Amino acid sequence: MANAQMVMYEEEFTLIQEVVDRLVRDANAKVVFIVDKNGQLIAASGEIAEIDTTSLASLTAGNIAATGGIARLLRENEFATQFHEGENQNIHIQLVGNRVILVVIFDAKSSLGLVRLRVRKATDELNRIFEELLNKTRDPSGADSPFAEITDDDIDSLFND
Amino acid sequence: MSFINYMAREINCKIVYYGPGLCGKTTNLQYIYERTNPDAKGKMISLATETERTLFFDFLPLSLGEIRGFKTRFHLYTVPGQVFYDASRKLILKGVDGVIFVADSQFERLEANLESMDNLRHNLGEQGYDLDKMPFVIQYNKRDLPNVVDAPELRAELNPRGVPDFEANARTGEGVFETLKAVSKLVLTELRKGQGG
Repeated sequence: MANAQMVMYEEEFTLIQEVVDRLVRDANAKVVFIVDKNGQLIAASGEIAEIDTTSLASLTAGNIAATGGIARLLRENEFATQFHEGENQNIHIQLVGNRVILVVIFDAKSSLGLVRLRVRKATDELNRIFEELLNKTRDPSGADSPFAEITDDDIDSLFND
Repeated sequence: MSFINYMAREINCKIVYYGPGLCGKTTNLQYIYERTNPDAKGKMISLATETERTLFFDFLPLSLGEIRGFKTRFHLYTVPGQVFYDASRKLILKGVDGVIFVADSQFERLEANLESMDNLRHNLGEQGYDLDKMPFVIQYNKRDLPNVVDAPELRAELNPRGVPDFEANARTGEGVFETLKAVSKLVLTELRKGQGG
């Protein structure tokens, strides 16, 4: 269904956060974050206080969407990896399971080789976690939407200026 | 596709402003940005050409407040209106929860409005969405200009289904928040049904 909801539960979130935290250390990265393909930030770790993660998430998703568009024009399935090299910082973007995007920002303290190596391992782990999450979301016996009970008054109260 | 995060107790929704070139989509976002409390908004991003035409999208994250302990966040996007940017428009519609169609009320843009509306329906269809079954509102913008089509006539042309619609002047802000509120309510109401958003 085109408008299937993405839901994040505490259990999977903890697992994802562990992978992201570990990747920051193992890859000597400055920042690692995970975004869904629609631009919603899922998890982040590292020196995130200094950056605007919401904007980065949206732009990364836009970037992946545009690259995916190019891929289709060239009859490629996807370009799963992107690397942008800057003067002081570099950014490595990896599509995970065609579902979410893993972004690693690093500087001269690390190297592309190391980042690629660690990203590959993290990608496998993340794939498994998101697979689980998807199954859970599909399962109708799972937790009810917290919004099933909201009233018109709840919604109206958001808009009281 | 809304994103419910039980861990962060957050709900994120995506709203897209659609419409023909120069109808005022970016102006809507700019007005919202200017008039929103600093702690309720993030940075506004515009990927535009040197002549300030939208090249890929504008983006504005907004926090609306809490519902039942969940923070509600809306991500507002605009599409590039110019006809030849169709590939980009399709990408931005991915995962959309609600659509605002901004119509240019001027006589000479009536055809461009109709064309853009068809394009919206078509592009949503390609992604498996049905415009008639999703949160959708229409804004008749530029009501301050002298050469505008009467609202009832615009309604007959663009809004046969009778979705919520608003007259607006995005430059002065008239109708801007009313439009946004209307679509936000529809998105949240859709969420209540549990299936969607």
